[in-house]
Amino acid sequence: MKKIFYTLTFILILGVMFTGAAFAQGELPTDDEVNAVAHQLYCPVCQNTPLDVCPTDACRDWREQIRGMLAEGKTEDEILQYFVDQFGDRVLSAPPVSTKFNWIIYIIPPLIILAGAIILFRSLKEWTTPKATEAAAVEDGSGSSSPSDDYVARLEEELKKQK
Amino acid sequence: MIAEFGYGIALVSFIVAVYSIVAAVYGAAAPRKSASLVESARRAMLLTFPLITLSAAALIYLLVNNHFEVSFVYEVTSISMPTYLKVTAWWGGQAGSLLFWSWLLAAFASAVTLRKWDRDIEFLPWVIMISSVTLVFFLGMVIFYENPFTRFWLVNGNVEPHMFAPANATVFTPQDGNGLNPLLRHPGMVIHPPMLYLGFVSYVIPYAFAMAALITGRTDDRWIRLTRRWSLWAWLFLSFGLVLGGRWAYDVLGWGGYWGWDPVEIAAFMPWLTGTAFLHSVMIQEKRGLLKHWNMILVILTYALVIFGTFLTRSGVLSSVHAFANSPIGPLFMTFVSATLIASIALVIYRWPDLRGETEMKSMLSREALFLLNNLLFMSVLVICFWGVIFPLISELFTGQKVTVGPPFYERATAPIFAALMFLMGVAPLSAWGHSTLKTLGRAMWKSALAALVVTVVLFATYTKNFIALIGFFLIALVLLVTFQEFWRGTRARQRSQKENFFTSLSRLMGRNRRRYGGYIIHISMMLMAIGILGIEIFQTSTQGSLAQGEALDISGYTIKYRELASWDDQGKGVNFTRASLDVYENGIYLGELNPRIDFYFDSQQNMTIPGNRSTLRDDLYILLVDWQPVSNMGATFKIFVNPLVNWLWIGSLLFLLGVIFAAWPDRDATEETSRRGVTRQASQASAAD
Repeated sequence: MKKIFYTLTFILILGVMFTGAAFAQGELPTDDEVNAVAHQLYCPVCQNTPLDVCPTDACRDWREQIRGMLAEGKTEDEILQYFVDQFGDRVLSAPPVSTKFNWIIYIIPPLIILAGAIILFRSLKEWTTPKATEAAAVEDGSGSSSPSDDYVARLEEELKKQK
Repeated sequence: MIAEFGYGIALVSFIVAVYSIVAAVYGAAAPRKSASLVESARRAMLLTFPLITLSAAALIYLLVNNHFEVSFVYEVTSISMPTYLKVTAWWGGQAGSLLFWSWLLAAFASAVTLRKWDRDIEFLPWVIMISSVTLVFFLGMVIFYENPFTRFWLVNGNVEPHMFAPANATVFTPQDGNGLNPLLRHPGMVIHPPMLYLGFVSYVIPYAFAMAALITGRTDDRWIRLTRRWSLWAWLFLSFGLVLGGRWAYDVLGWGGYWGWDPVEIAAFMPWLTGTAFLHSVMIQEKRGLLKHWNMILVILTYALVIFGTFLTRSGVLSSVHAFANSPIGPLFMTFVSATLIASIALVIYRWPDLRGETEMKSMLSREALFLLNNLLFMSVLVICFWGVIFPLISELFTGQKVTVGPPFYERATAPIFAALMFLMGVAPLSAWGHSTLKTLGRAMWKSALAALVVTVVLFATYTKNFIALIGFFLIALVLLVTFQEFWRGTRARQRSQKENFFTSLSRLMGRNRRRYGGYIIHISMMLMAIGILGIEIFQTSTQGSLAQGEALDISGYTIKYRELASWDDQGKGVNFTRASLDVYENGIYLGELNPRIDFYFDSQQNMTIPGNRSTLRDDLYILLVDWQPVSNMGATFKIFVNPLVNWLWIGSLLFLLGVIFAAWPDRDATEETSRRGVTRQASQASAAD
């Protein structure tokens, strides 16, 4: 396999040297086809950079490797799998759900958000429905909201006038 | 000599800051309270600013004058760099940026302690204490771990970095420095970090007041009123820092985008999320006296995320393209964040009963209820971001397997939440404080909703059949129309009652309700940005190809013809430029020439890819030079992006800036701070104005 790859790159280089535009002709996959696969992969050396835009030499070699594999007729999934086998899960743009552990990345956020939503709606309900017990407290004027509001408002009006 | 001076002054300011903590706490909490001791703490606090300024001046002197015997200077500058870049190299590396952080904090804390305190004197010692604790932490980092004044010494033939001369050592001065990372030499990068830092540091002030309120037990909304402008400015700086970072990425990182969901970007985005939630929820406390616990928690979270963010950008624990630095200060940062977080939350719990709401919520559709929903959504985005950032660490810790959490994760998880937020932006301005019903909301909304639907149908017929894009455009249209309707409604109401002409009414209306209308301007700007984001995220097309001279490539109606390539050295700048010339045609009409280039910096041995970009309101044609053959007439490889509508992102961010400045601008009349009840009445008048 490696041999084929080297021959292919050799042909490629020769092609480029002699015609200047060998990419467009022949059987070789185009840059766009290579990038479509590379875009789903993350550079194994420089983290957080998709392989299709990574400018390092190592990444250039990997892109040529993808080109070679595409030329061999490998499918996209096979190529991705090959890179995962070589470098581990981190070449994928998101953790794969193939391992049980990785499930938590997809489960925890919805759970927390759901919990937040439940807390919010419960407290909203609590706030919006007048409570019998507290209504009683309001009766004797201690926890009252609206009467004291008016009172404070009037007080502030008075204060303002005095200024 | 200068290095020792700078270090010595930093050490003195550290001691002064420690003193101000002790004096403030002792003056306020000792059995016999001592106002003079607090005053002494205040003066000590004030003294830190000129001291750190001196220390920074020493560092800048070393940077500008090529003192490469100082290791920090060696790392971030080189002889060929222009002077202004040597100055800004101050925050181009870890040690310098920690000093920069301290300097900003000292400036802000001093500014705060200079205000009139008469009504709030009991807050003063605690505000000093909190700011000084933060300052001491950062100065401590500078002095003990990340010293920018460390010099190289020749010890028995080896070069070692030390602050003070080891025995039998002589100073070692390298010929030239490494030079600043070329990516950081972009004008956007010159102002992006200070903007972010300004935002980060300003959030320390609202936090300090919140803690002061908790400690003194004065838990009404005074602290919020005192820090309202601070949090707005903080938010402005943070937002603008984020936008500048995006623009910088678009211009120099060479991947055709502006936001890559990189951990460091997210680190700055997280305090923005809590800060934005805070901005909305404080209004509920001011107007309705609700949510006191929640506002405390939000400001505490923001502070923790600010420190966490500084730590993420600086520690390299989560290595990313931004993490230019690696250092042992990570654990210290984590300890500090955890300690302050735990202490603050403990204080909130201690004061829990005092923070009960003063009124009740009357309706699930009232504005305060919708604001709460907005908070839930912002927190959801925060949860996703935080989890995405730390999951690789968790995974590595438990399974040994490193994983990448990249854009697909964040995009899929946050897109529906952002859509919901946009919907809220369309509804909430129409709901009243206190209570609203479906009926009142529907009556206020139906015209805008209908018009937005018409816009969407037109777009469906003429522009796109993409379902997600159409939902996005519908929401954008809805928010814009509702917001314009709000301007119209308020102005008409005022016009009727005050008998003014339309524009006088509009400007007076806005001038009297700066926060409200500033907020609406910000909503409009967000929608313009959303247009840009939808455009580039959904409609971006790209292609890559190698062209020989004279050959052309087609993409989205454009024809790009490769003319020539030139490569030359600029010895003065220490850069090799390789620049391609391409002619751009659209449907056969010549549009002009684009020049993507690659700059190679000799001192740091690094490339910088500068795109050739033709930018219009409709789309950007963005071309990158990827590769070229040694003999230039043979060919070169280009990557070409067409980014529709992306310019609206930048237009939106400029409008955004105006909106925040409008909202945060000091009122002419400082006594206008009306009480909560007064404001409630005004607000209900305004929203009942139709």
